[in-house]
Amino acid sequence: MSSKVSGIRGGRSRVVPDDCPINVVQISGLPMMKMIKHCHEEGSGSVDVAQGALLGLVVEKRLEITNCFPFPKQDDSVDEDEAYQIAMMKKLRRVNVDHLHVGWYQSADVGNFISLPLLESQYHYQNSIEESVVLIYDTQKTARGFLSLKAYRLTPQAVVMYKEEGFTPDALRNLKVGYESLFIEVPVVMKNSSLSNILLNQLSDMVPEEDGLGFLDLGTSSVLEGHMRCMMERVDELNQEAIKFNRYQQQVLRQQQDKYRYMQKRAQENAARQAKDEPPLPDEDINKLFRPLPTPQRLNPMIVAGQVNAYSSHVAQFCSQAMAKLFVTQTLQKAKEDTGSAKSLQ
Amino acid sequence: MAFNVVVKVHPVVLFQIVDSYERRNADSLRVIGTLLGTVEKGVVEVSNCFCVPHREHDNEVEAELVYAAELRDLNARVNTQETVVGWWATGNEVTRHSSLIHDYYTIECPNAIHLTLDTTLQGTSMGIKAYIRVPIGTPSGNNGSMFTTVPVEITCYEPERVGLQLSSKTIGIKKSVEPVHELAQVSEATGNVLSMLDTVLDYVNEILAGRNISPQDNAVGRALLDMVNSVPKMTPEEFENMLNSNIKVLPL
Repeated sequence: MSSKVSGIRGGRSRVVPDDCPINVVQISGLPMMKMIKHCHEEGSGSVDVAQGALLGLVVEKRLEITNCFPFPKQDDSVDEDEAYQIAMMKKLRRVNVDHLHVGWYQSADVGNFISLPLLESQYHYQNSIEESVVLIYDTQKTARGFLSLKAYRLTPQAVVMYKEEGFTPDALRNLKVGYESLFIEVPVVMKNSSLSNILLNQLSDMVPEEDGLGFLDLGTSSVLEGHMRCMMERVDELNQEAIKFNRYQQQVLRQQQDKYRYMQKRAQENAARQAKDEPPLPDEDINKLFRPLPTPQRLNPMIVAGQVNAYSSHVAQFCSQAMAKLFVTQTLQKAKEDTGSAKSLQ
Repeated sequence: MAFNVVVKVHPVVLFQIVDSYERRNADSLRVIGTLLGTVEKGVVEVSNCFCVPHREHDNEVEAELVYAAELRDLNARVNTQETVVGWWATGNEVTRHSSLIHDYYTIECPNAIHLTLDTTLQGTSMGIKAYIRVPIGTPSGNNGSMFTTVPVEITCYEPERVGLQLSSKTIGIKKSVEPVHELAQVSEATGNVLSMLDTVLDYVNEILAGRNISPQDNAVGRALLDMVNSVPKMTPEEFENMLNSNIKVLPL
C-alpha cells in the first residue's frame, strides 16, 4: 500500500518555476487553527466566504506564516475595512507579532474558489507585496476529515494579462495562457515550535483519539452528489460561453463577407463611372460603415474552465480514498466470515 | 451558580497563549491576556483570546486596559457572539498581582474565569488550570477571597480536530510536515486501528489466561461486548450488494 501511495504522490507535479519568488509556504499551528475556527464559525451560517489576512515574513524562498486575523463581513464601506486592518495590525505589533502582511486566506465550499473577485484581489496583493499568496481552505473537505489548505499565486502571464485589462483571444494566444496557467499552487508545509509541540503532546492526551476517525466513514453518495451538482452548473456556464463565442465568430465572418461584397460593388460602380467619364465615388472609410465587433472577454470561460478542472481533480481524489475504504471493509468482512463463530469474545 | 462551573477550552486559545509567551518582551517573565467566549448554564466555552501588554512591579501592575478594550471591540466586529469571559496568564501559580488584574476583569464580566498555562514547565507537563474567585471568611470578621480551581476540558469543532491531528505529526520532528494526501491518511488510520485492535486482543487474551485480573475488568468487558455487537451484522449477500453498488458509482 505504501508504494502505491508514493507513486501517486510522485505523479502530482508540485514543481514551482524558478522565477517565482516563493518556493514553499510554511505555516505554524496557530494561524492554521485560527483559520479553521474562523471559517468553521462563518461557514455554518451564511453562504458568504470567510476571509482574513495572513501575517508573517519571508525567509529566502520560504514564506512563513506566523499569525492571521479575520476580516469582518463586508457590508460596510471599504474605508472601514482599511481602518480595521490598520488598527488590528498596530495592536498585533504591540505584542511583537510579525506585522508584514504577506497574503490573505479565504474559505471555499467544495473547492469553488476561482472567481473574478479572487483574481482581482490576488492581483492587487501581488502588485503591492510581491510574495503574497492566497490560502484556500476547503470547509467541507476538512469537515469530512481531510485537512485541505492550499496556497496559490497568480502566474506572471496572468499578471501581465490582467494589467493590460485585456482578455481577448489574441492576448491569450500571444501569451500562451490557458485556464491551467492562471494560478500556480505553492506547496504548504507545517512546522511548530518546541513549546507548541509540548502543548500538542499534552492535547493529544486530553483529546480522545477515537473521535478523530470520522473520515473512515463509508458514505459517499451525498458528497459525490454535491460535487456533481456544482460541476454541472459550471459546465453549463462553460457551454453558454462557448455558444457566445461561436456566435461572435459567425458574426465576424458575416461581417467580413459583407465588407467584401461592398468593396466589390464599389469597384464595379467605379469602373462603370470611369467608363462614363464621371468622377469616381469617394472612398469612404470602410471601418465607419462596418464597425468592428467587440471581441468577447475570454476571462469568464477561463475561470469556469479552471473551476471545472479543480472539481474533477477533487472528485478523482475523493473516489480514490473511498475505493480504498471499501476494499478495506471487504477484507474485514471476509475475515469475519472466515473465522465465523470460532472466536467469541465472551 | 459559581461552584458548578466547567470550563471548556478550544485548542486555538492554548496555541495563542503559547505563541504570545514565545513572543514576549525580554524583560517579562509572564504574559497575560483576555479570554473570549460564551457562557451558557454553567459551562464557559472559551473560544478565542488575545494578549494584552502589561508590566509588573513589586506592588503594582500596569496593564494596558485601553488596548484590551479596543482589541475586544475589533474582535466583536468579526464575531458578535464572543464576549469577555475572563483572563489568562502564563506560569503555574496565582500571584498577588493576579488578584488586582482579576478585579478589573470582574468589571467586564460577572464571574470571570482565570486560566493559567504553565509554560515554564515546572510540573511534568504544561498544566492547564482554571480558577474562579470565591469569597471566603466569616461574615462579621475578615473577608477575603480565594481562587479555587474548576475543571477544564478541551473541546474542538470537528475541523479543529483534523487540524490538531495534522499538527501533532510535528511532535518529535525537527523539520516540517506536509499536509497528508488522502489515500495516505486512510492507510495510516487503518494502521492505527489495527494496532488498537491488537492491544485489545492482547488484553482479552491475558484475561482469558487468568493473569492480571482487576476489578475494572467487568466494566471493560461489557464495553467490549457493546462494541462487538455494534458491528452491523449483514449477511454476505447484502454486503456484496452494497459493495458492488458503491464500487460501480465511484470509477465514474
